Amino acid sequence: MSDTELIANPFLETDLNVSAKRTEKLFKILFMLMAGLLILPVLIILTTLVVKGGGMLSFDFLFTNPTNGMTEGGIFPALLGTVWLVGVALIISVPVGVAAAIYLSEYAADNWFTRSINLAIINLAGVPSIVHALFGVGAFVIFFGFGTSILAASMTLAVMTLPVVIVATRESLQAVPPAFREACWNMGATRWQTIRRVILPNSVSGILTGVILEVSRTTGETAPIMFTGAAFFIPVLPQSVFDQTMAMSLHLFVVSTQVPHVPEGLPYGVALVLIAMVLLMNSASIALRMYLRGKKKW
Amino acid sequence: MVSAAEAMTMASDNPDSKVKLQVRDVGIRYGSTTAISDINLEVMENEIFGIIGPANAGKTSFLKTINRMNDFDTSMSIDGEILFDGINIREVRNVYALRNRIGVVFPLPVGLPLTIYENVAFVPRLRGIRDRAELDVIVERCLTRAALWDEVKDRLDSLGSLLSGGQQQRLTIARALSQDPELLMLDEFSIAVDPVTTMRIEDVLKELKQEMTIILVTNLVQQARRLADRTAFFLDGQCVEIGATEDLFTGQVQDSRTTDYIEGRFG
Amino acid sequence: MSQAARQRSGNLPDINQRNADWYIDKLVQYLVFLSGISAIVLIVGIFVFVTIEGLGFLFEDFSFREFFLSPWWEPTDEDEPTYGILALMAGTASVTGLAMLVAIPFSLGSAIYVAEFASGKKREFLKVLIELLAAIPSVVWGFIGLSIMNPLIIDLFDVPVGLNILNAGIILGLMAAPIMTSISEDALKAVPDRYREAAEALGGTRWQVIYKTVLPAAKNGLLGGVLLGVGRGFGETMAVLMATGHAINIPGSVFDSVRALTATIAAELGETAVGSPHYQALFTIGIFLFSITFVINLSADLIVRGIRKS
Repeated sequence: MSDTELIANPFLETDLNVSAKRTEKLFKILFMLMAGLLILPVLIILTTLVVKGGGMLSFDFLFTNPTNGMTEGGIFPALLGTVWLVGVALIISVPVGVAAAIYLSEYAADNWFTRSINLAIINLAGVPSIVHALFGVGAFVIFFGFGTSILAASMTLAVMTLPVVIVATRESLQAVPPAFREACWNMGATRWQTIRRVILPNSVSGILTGVILEVSRTTGETAPIMFTGAAFFIPVLPQSVFDQTMAMSLHLFVVSTQVPHVPEGLPYGVALVLIAMVLLMNSASIALRMYLRGKKKW
Repeated sequence: MVSAAEAMTMASDNPDSKVKLQVRDVGIRYGSTTAISDINLEVMENEIFGIIGPANAGKTSFLKTINRMNDFDTSMSIDGEILFDGINIREVRNVYALRNRIGVVFPLPVGLPLTIYENVAFVPRLRGIRDRAELDVIVERCLTRAALWDEVKDRLDSLGSLLSGGQQQRLTIARALSQDPELLMLDEFSIAVDPVTTMRIEDVLKELKQEMTIILVTNLVQQARRLADRTAFFLDGQCVEIGATEDLFTGQVQDSRTTDYIEGRFG
Repeated sequence: MSQAARQRSGNLPDINQRNADWYIDKLVQYLVFLSGISAIVLIVGIFVFVTIEGLGFLFEDFSFREFFLSPWWEPTDEDEPTYGILALMAGTASVTGLAMLVAIPFSLGSAIYVAEFASGKKREFLKVLIELLAAIPSVVWGFIGLSIMNPLIIDLFDVPVGLNILNAGIILGLMAAPIMTSISEDALKAVPDRYREAAEALGGTRWQVIYKTVLPAAKNGLLGGVLLGVGRGFGETMAVLMATGHAINIPGSVFDSVRALTATIAAELGETAVGSPHYQALFTIGIFLFSITFVINLSADLIVRGIRKS
């Protein structure tokens, strides 16, 4: 192809252009495959769990005690224990996390002090879960004398998931435009009145998204509760936060590694219930987020 | 001996009137940039005090210092003093109460993301009014005065932040009125409002003068002429001149730049 | 008109009187500040409490040489307990290393696809699935390693044991990939469109633009994402405990079983007496883990923030 032709019609494709386009297409497919391969395991895992564990599911499985050395029976104490652990952890972490986010979003100046708080939050999120467990043992079980109990385990979980609440809440507070704050201050509202009457009501659903996400994270955690309050097997249900309890996540570990002669379907059933709880919560959080994105408030 | 500047700041026609706001040597700096300097003026009770001048004359910054909104802006530093009813505003013990008594309407309208009703009931509720009937009366009165009632009376529970710009501006005015302010500061309030509505609000302002003191910052010199008893001319962060509005508009000025601005030769 | 004649409703606060609202506001300010510093208090608290519990060991039985250089972790030996974490470090490093080999290309590829190629619904769908991948709990991953991957590896490679570096590495890679994908995607998104437009105006194809312009511009963010992934892999506990085979071993191939630092704590803490040297040695491993992840997270943050500034 001559230069003159090219000049006459710049939209004509040269050989160079064609091969470049081919490379582009190749890479696009490659990346798509990579994304697909990342997703594929989720589908395989879910299918396997449903196929192998689905048969276990029944009313009795969910609502009766394990029997015969945990090789038979249901998972009720573990299910209820997880509800206890997550509930108490939420009662502790949500108020602290939301208040911390309010401080960071509404009060903190942009200086070294605030930056170090942010750094601490990032690091808190990055501390290995087993180190959180060690902290829980050293601080809550031994130093504060809670013993191995729901309280100690839930506090450990609360510390661990605090960054999730803080980050989600801060984001939804900062999504409220500053002009609204100034309008309130102009009318003589105190900072707190502004936050309570205008900022929080307009970010509460975003905060809820974060809290649901936290519930989902907390439900699946195992290492932090192993030595702080969750036990392999307890025949009685917990009566107070000072009791130990069974938990779904730990129960999955126990029936799949610690107990001999477990029928193959049992751990699959436990895993299926656990992952269903986690993914349902997660999907709810995602759905809520998408619903909110479509809703215009200003 | 009274200096020329001081003579200008005094309202001469009514010897009984009380000074509402006294501004002494006020200057505002953002870091090393000076926004305004050496402002001296007095605003009398129950007058409409106009402030005119081109953009960047420091008018908005000046209003922010009066209700201490500058507290939230750490980059802003203030010299001089401002007395509100004779009390130095920097020494008041409850700054929220001070802001509560001063109504402000800024040029960018802000309808809060609450219902229209709650927008107007916001301050009354802060003041502890819970009685629905009493709130209803306040909401209707303020919205009517702001020339918005007829347009929104059937949808008081829709969001204030989703109204049109002009409606939000009138909602902001209604909110300021719900404060029953002693001092009402309007900063280019008619920017987003159509001329007919502007006229209706101007009529309301003339009535409101009986109840409160009004500072009217405007870029429409004719609006100042229609409404203001006295007018100050701000230019490049300086207060060039203060005088009875009629005097300024009939050429009785100390500084020729005032007439130049009023007659549209710059700005 | 005088003050008295003015009709006012409600309690108008006095400008020289602090009222309940004023004090409530102050109180809230202190309360949220206290919560605000909780993150700092907790991170210091974690270090302090873990160190206190491990202190006795650090002062008595600890030998730097033995701890870091001996491959023998035999804390329960009755005659002469040894506390060497070399093999455990090798275990953690090999599994994390393999995990990164798996995760880096896949998460980078997915991030490029999501950020540069996919559009609209397809992108949303992919992002949701990746988010769900991130939500699968660690213990479930461990169970998958145990029950699905283990027999698969035995069949495919004809090896006696399927709980090994390969198993744990793949699982850990899948666990670390979502966070790495989303951080890489953010980094790619942070490259201003004018870069792409400028390169496209010069006649580059999409891929040339990405390869020559976008990737170099996003490299710090991508590096930060990789570092966070390393931190994740390093600190992961349950999945590694269940999928590595949990055998103390300096590995020679990916089919060897190993044992990780985190897994050692998880497996042994329950069986030690509080305050015993073994118990304290486990806390010392905790201090080590805490310090390493602290450094990793700190550098990841510095690198990621570096790109935001420029």
